[in-house]
Amino acid sequence: MTAALLEVSGLSVHLRAREVLSEIDLSFAQGEMTVVIGPNGAGKTTLMRALAGLVAPARGVVRLQGQNVRAMERMARGRALAYLPQNGSIAWPLPVRDVVALGRLPHGASPGSLDDRGREAVAAAIAAVGLRGLEDRPATQLSGGERARALLARALATEAPILIADEPVAALDPRHQLLILDVLRTRARDGLVVAVMHDLALAARFAHRMVLLHGHRVAAAGPPQEVLTAAHLAAAFGIEATVAYREGGLEVAIRRALQL
Amino acid sequence: MATGITSRARWLGPALIGLVVVLAIASLAIGPARLPPWLAAKALVFDEGSASVIVREIRLPRTLLALLIGGTLGLSGAALQGLLRNPLADVTVFGAPQAAALGAVLTLYFGWAGALSLALPAAAILGALLSIALVVWVAGRDAGTVVLVLAGLAIGSLAGAATSLAISLSPNPFAVTEIVFWLLGSLEDRSMVHVALAAPFLIAAMAALLMVRTGLQALSLGEEAAESLGVDVQRVRLMTVGASAVGVGAAVAVAGAIGFIGLVAPHLVRPLVGHDPARALIPAGLAGAALLLAADCAVRLIPSAAEVKIGVLTALLGIPVFLWIIARRRAEIADAPA
Ligand SMILES: Nc1ncnc2c1ncn2[C@@H]1O[C@H](COP(=O)(O)OP(=O)(O)OP(=O)(O)O)[C@@H](O)[C@H]1O
Ligand SMILES: [Mg+2]
Repeated sequence: MTAALLEVSGLSVHLRAREVLSEIDLSFAQGEMTVVIGPNGAGKTTLMRALAGLVAPARGVVRLQGQNVRAMERMARGRALAYLPQNGSIAWPLPVRDVVALGRLPHGASPGSLDDRGREAVAAAIAAVGLRGLEDRPATQLSGGERARALLARALATEAPILIADEPVAALDPRHQLLILDVLRTRARDGLVVAVMHDLALAARFAHRMVLLHGHRVAAAGPPQEVLTAAHLAAAFGIEATVAYREGGLEVAIRRALQL
Repeated sequence: MATGITSRARWLGPALIGLVVVLAIASLAIGPARLPPWLAAKALVFDEGSASVIVREIRLPRTLLALLIGGTLGLSGAALQGLLRNPLADVTVFGAPQAAALGAVLTLYFGWAGALSLALPAAAILGALLSIALVVWVAGRDAGTVVLVLAGLAIGSLAGAATSLAISLSPNPFAVTEIVFWLLGSLEDRSMVHVALAAPFLIAAMAALLMVRTGLQALSLGEEAAESLGVDVQRVRLMTVGASAVGVGAAVAVAGAIGFIGLVAPHLVRPLVGHDPARALIPAGLAGAALLLAADCAVRLIPSAAEVKIGVLTALLGIPVFLWIIARRRAEIADAPA
């Protein structure tokens, strides 16, 4: 196993005096795409925010290349790690190109002052999420899925080695889910990607590794076939599911909700 | 990738600067003794006898104040809108001019300081700071329009009532017209002493507001995304609130409450800069200066017994714009979570 680029040790997070994450130990290695799953309220978003250094842990630490992520210089952290919030919004009718260009802020550039490298990164990110042709469209005139892709393009345009994406494909149609997950998996090659997802079948197909959060703790972590077991899914989600290998891939089929 | 927006932005700055210069010269030329614009400009630089006295001592102070106050108010409106992600944010809507006026009135009428001492702007800045900080705090992270406007209305009304009360209870005899001065604002009969009193604060406020540019840009994506892009959101918030308070406080101390410039100016320029909160800042400042200069020329041209108060004019202009923005955001406001 390669050295951990991002590492969580003994992490507990309290929000309004409530323990939302408890004793989390995880490490994310270079070149891997990790998918985090778990029921609503399990603490997935809180974990993503902690990875991005946006919440103060009650205990424990998140280390980025050995450095405490909360103690890093802000701009340097912004260049090293891009964070895509769940349900992001765009306040003004900015053209899509300018929204994506905001990803260059940690490089000291802004939508009005991109260098050639920044312009390339912005164009590549727009192409990667399939928004070519909509560059001049005001962001407030996009559909929900188009907006989600524009915001993902913003995170991609930063060209940070680490990408933390909270439900990047939840609003997308099936084709764009596949395309975007492919982009994320490719992106993981040069760094790492941590993405929250609810679609277990898709997660099984694209993840190198998975983390199951349940009851504010890590219920399982490892390769998809170890995490996506019928027993884990029943305990964490209260669902009956069948998991099988077919044509070399893991296939998850959800049967019904269990009576709890 | 030259877009329509960037090419438009290229002429916007020079065009606004040109407009401000023309209006400044008009402001030097207009008055009871009407001077041709070229003579007004010449009398400012060269000695032209009585024309120079009029231009330099009577008209220059109010021209400078209109320029600086209008610029500061335009900038602070644009910055507060960027901070709160809401086009209705403005010191006027937050009740800050009334709160600043209360600070000034208390200082002045209870004899704590003279009309031309530093204590006056200091008290006005304190009043403004309390009101803006209170509204920003009440509004919280994602400032809904309803919350902003209601909190501002409450603070403005409270400060206005307290000002009236202070004047009624004041040990010194004061006329109702004094209340009108503080609550409506005017640039009539200002001297270079007023300019010297307010200018350092106004210039400092503008400089500070220009320093949060990138922060405001990043805030288009919300606070968490902005933080992740390397922005210190707390610092942006403190700077914007503090600088806006310093600006409006100093403005009120020398000119009374002049409202709505910070609402109207950004609204006019925003579409021309692709709605980017950072690129809107300087144009909003220039547009604010142009608006206040134009209003100050207009009050001198409207035939009336006593000069029309400039605050009346900016309110007459600003409130329809305010209603227009609300009407356009009606659907969103109705859907706002309670
Ligand atoms: N600001 C907050 N203050 C207090 N509690 C919070 C706050 N934000 C989230 N929580 C609580 O923390 C827990 C974890 O929330 P989190 O947003 O991390 O869940 P999640 O796993 O991302 O859920 P979802 O699948 O619905 O996005 C929940 O119980 C939630 O109610
Ligand atoms: Mg979540």
